[in-house]
Amino acid sequence: MFDDFFTRALIAGIGLAITVGPLGCFVIWRRMAYFGDTMAHSALLGVALSLLLDLNLMLSVFIVAAAVSLLLLLLQKRGALSTDALLGILSHSALSIGLVMVAFMTWVRIDLVGFLFGDILAVSEADIDLVWGGGILVLAAIVYLWRPLLASTVNPELAEAEGLQPERARLYFMLLMALVIAIAMKIVGILLITSLLIIPAATARRFATSPEIMAVLASVIGALAVTGGLFGSLHFDTPSGPSIVVAAMGLFVLSLLPFGRNRQAETAIHSTHGGHH
Amino acid sequence: MLNFHKSDQAPLVSLNNAGIRRNGRWLVRGVEFSIRRGEIVTLIGPNGSGKSTTAKAAIGVLKPDEGWVEKMPGLKVGYVPQKLAIDWTLPLTVERLMTLTGPLKGREIEEALQSTGIAHLARAEVQHLSGGEFQRALLARAIARKPDLLVLDEPVQGVDFSGEIALYDLIKSIRNRTGCGILLISHDLHVVMAETDTVICLNGHVCCRGTPQVVSQSPEYLKLFGSRAAKSLAVYSHDHDHTHLPDGRVLHTDGSITEHCHPDDGHHHGDHAHGDAHEHVHGPDCGCGYKSRLQGYDTKENGRV
Repeated sequence: MFDDFFTRALIAGIGLAITVGPLGCFVIWRRMAYFGDTMAHSALLGVALSLLLDLNLMLSVFIVAAAVSLLLLLLQKRGALSTDALLGILSHSALSIGLVMVAFMTWVRIDLVGFLFGDILAVSEADIDLVWGGGILVLAAIVYLWRPLLASTVNPELAEAEGLQPERARLYFMLLMALVIAIAMKIVGILLITSLLIIPAATARRFATSPEIMAVLASVIGALAVTGGLFGSLHFDTPSGPSIVVAAMGLFVLSLLPFGRNRQAETAIHSTHGGHH
Repeated sequence: MLNFHKSDQAPLVSLNNAGIRRNGRWLVRGVEFSIRRGEIVTLIGPNGSGKSTTAKAAIGVLKPDEGWVEKMPGLKVGYVPQKLAIDWTLPLTVERLMTLTGPLKGREIEEALQSTGIAHLARAEVQHLSGGEFQRALLARAIARKPDLLVLDEPVQGVDFSGEIALYDLIKSIRNRTGCGILLISHDLHVVMAETDTVICLNGHVCCRGTPQVVSQSPEYLKLFGSRAAKSLAVYSHDHDHTHLPDGRVLHTDGSITEHCHPDDGHHHGDHAHGDAHEHVHGPDCGCGYKSRLQGYDTKENGRV
């Protein structure tokens, strides 16, 4: 059915974009962009471990990304260094350890560029199954966790006081991030995963009037970026991962154009001042 | 009005010798109080005295490192935190804010917004609200879920004087209408809500406790506050016999100085067993002074009123 490599890439990319949309919204609401980067960078360590121990690649990446986020939680609790500094240390340490390990393994030849920037045109039918299967799992979990996640994004203490469990929601959120990174690595690559999380969500903010609408819009905008990027990459013969990110950025710039801003400013004036007069 | 003050009623929440410790330092220690249905308890004290910490311990956000907190099974809490910054990237209208922690019917949302006087702002984004409007929105959210216990951490912050009185009137009417218990944290050391049943003055421990003096009965305060304000506000006169020195030590009236003001510090508190500290009202023989700090507040206070 999907014998054309381009069709496969399109289907996998759109599946991924729909999955990361809502997650990306939480990443920007919670100001965790750099955190996403750190988890993504640690994926290369996962790749190295999977080669060394002969583990399944996605499983190994998932485990390492989850472990790094748990390590961050532990270090944060000790409170010796700022989260910023901790993320910088973890992010580049994990990436570098991965690179060093790969260099030691002279018996394997690996396509480093493929891992760093993705190789969406090489996705197989099995990959499509994984992207869509994993994507449905992630989206179902997000829907289930929506209220505690959103409430603890606004204020964790408020969520806790009123009977939701913000700590548990946070833990699940990190596991979902790790899962998405494991899925996304092959498609956009380690270095560009965060952009697919953040840029569509940031674009959606301009047009969203509620958190739920923003999550759906982020998915739609991500899917548009993937489609545009892939067609662009085919047309101009450019690498697919970066092309998708450039397309996403293009949509973001479009959302900044005055027509969007004016409408928003007007609604703001109507909603806050309209009632007083 | 219903009579909510039934002494045989089990408390909604009670703190028993509760203490919270962070980084090797006691934020607050030896706190004893309970809140029953229909009761209003006001916590006052200077910055960093452990008011918010105590409130968080009461609702289970912080676990006490000493003592214990008992909550009525199935207690439903409505909480207005002291600080709440909503990131601009989160599109959130007042209406959506209402159902943040649980589902509500459209009518319940409308009623709560109506009673806090911001029904016209239902569709406004919370980031566009003024300080006073935002406080009202948070209060509306907390009462819409019909809680057994309402915990309000400085609900009148950023609200002007007449707005403050209006909010106190609203809190009073919520209590009268729903019969919930209310734990109120006040930013003011002397002026509290008139309906308060118990005032607890904290400074790392309970410095003193008592009932406020209702202002509307005193002609001088009536003149000072104006008749409308005088019905809602009350004056709390502190009864301390110890002074908190700038270095954290405590000077007692008998001239002795101790490191802390806690039963364990070896001072005269020592003869109180933890169990009966419940009845322990910091009377004339207790050494937890803080008049020097109060004087600083007095000048500010006079400037304001």
